Amino acid sequence: MSFQVSKINDVTLIEVEGQLIVGNRHELKQGVLDTVEGGDQKFVIDFANTAYIDSSGLGVLVSLSKKIREKGGELRLSSLNEDLRTLFELTKLDTLFRIAEDKEQALEGF
Amino acid sequence: MSRVTRENLVLEISTDVRSISSAVDYVLSRCSACEVSARKLNLNFRVGLTEALANAMMYGNAHDPSKNVVVEVMMGRDHLQATVRDQGSGFDPALVPDPTGPENLERSSGRGLFLMRELLDDLWFNERGNEVTLVLRTESCGAFEGGASA
Repeated sequence: MSFQVSKINDVTLIEVEGQLIVGNRHELKQGVLDTVEGGDQKFVIDFANTAYIDSSGLGVLVSLSKKIREKGGELRLSSLNEDLRTLFELTKLDTLFRIAEDKEQALEGF
Repeated sequence: MSRVTRENLVLEISTDVRSISSAVDYVLSRCSACEVSARKLNLNFRVGLTEALANAMMYGNAHDPSKNVVVEVMMGRDHLQATVRDQGSGFDPALVPDPTGPENLERSSGRGLFLMRELLDDLWFNERGNEVTLVLRTESCGAFEGGASA
């Protein structure tokens, strides 16, 4: 798994490439936390190139969302494939996150 | 280490969560003789096996690299079955809270067992709680391509 961070206006866009799983979840968590500590508040994590997220990966997203909200910000997700949407729906995490069809939609009005 | 016969596939894996993905990929690659939709294999079975391995390594073996996890996969006439066993003291699955409850929704862990229960057709633990068996119903299953080791 790798990820690219870019800034679009005041939104931090993180584009993930590969699976977000127990073996690599800390890398994404630390990368985003560093940006949160730097003062950024609006985040979009895009999963257009991610086939699979395991329960540990889901846990990292929950943890990041909580941290960002504590700082007065928001974390949005985008581009979940059908399998990922199923996992979010089963775990009811689709009620915790704003999930956009793609990164452009996630950035709209943010 | 792996051992494959026509009837079953046995993997013994050192505790290292970074090895889970490749171990699951290897198991799935050996299940081509099962007549089951790609989605059920790549979502339901993959998630179930991944979560079982993660629980075994993180909680059962407490990340101890000197301990192993054993995976035994069997093809039944109409099902695919995997048993995952760790070297821990076991746990009581009945004590794991529902992660979809409002009070648990923001917890960063505790979803693995829930996903296994949701996505597999059957699931049970041994009495000690250090071995879980996962069952995925299939149209039919053949045999493993036997004889190879990895």
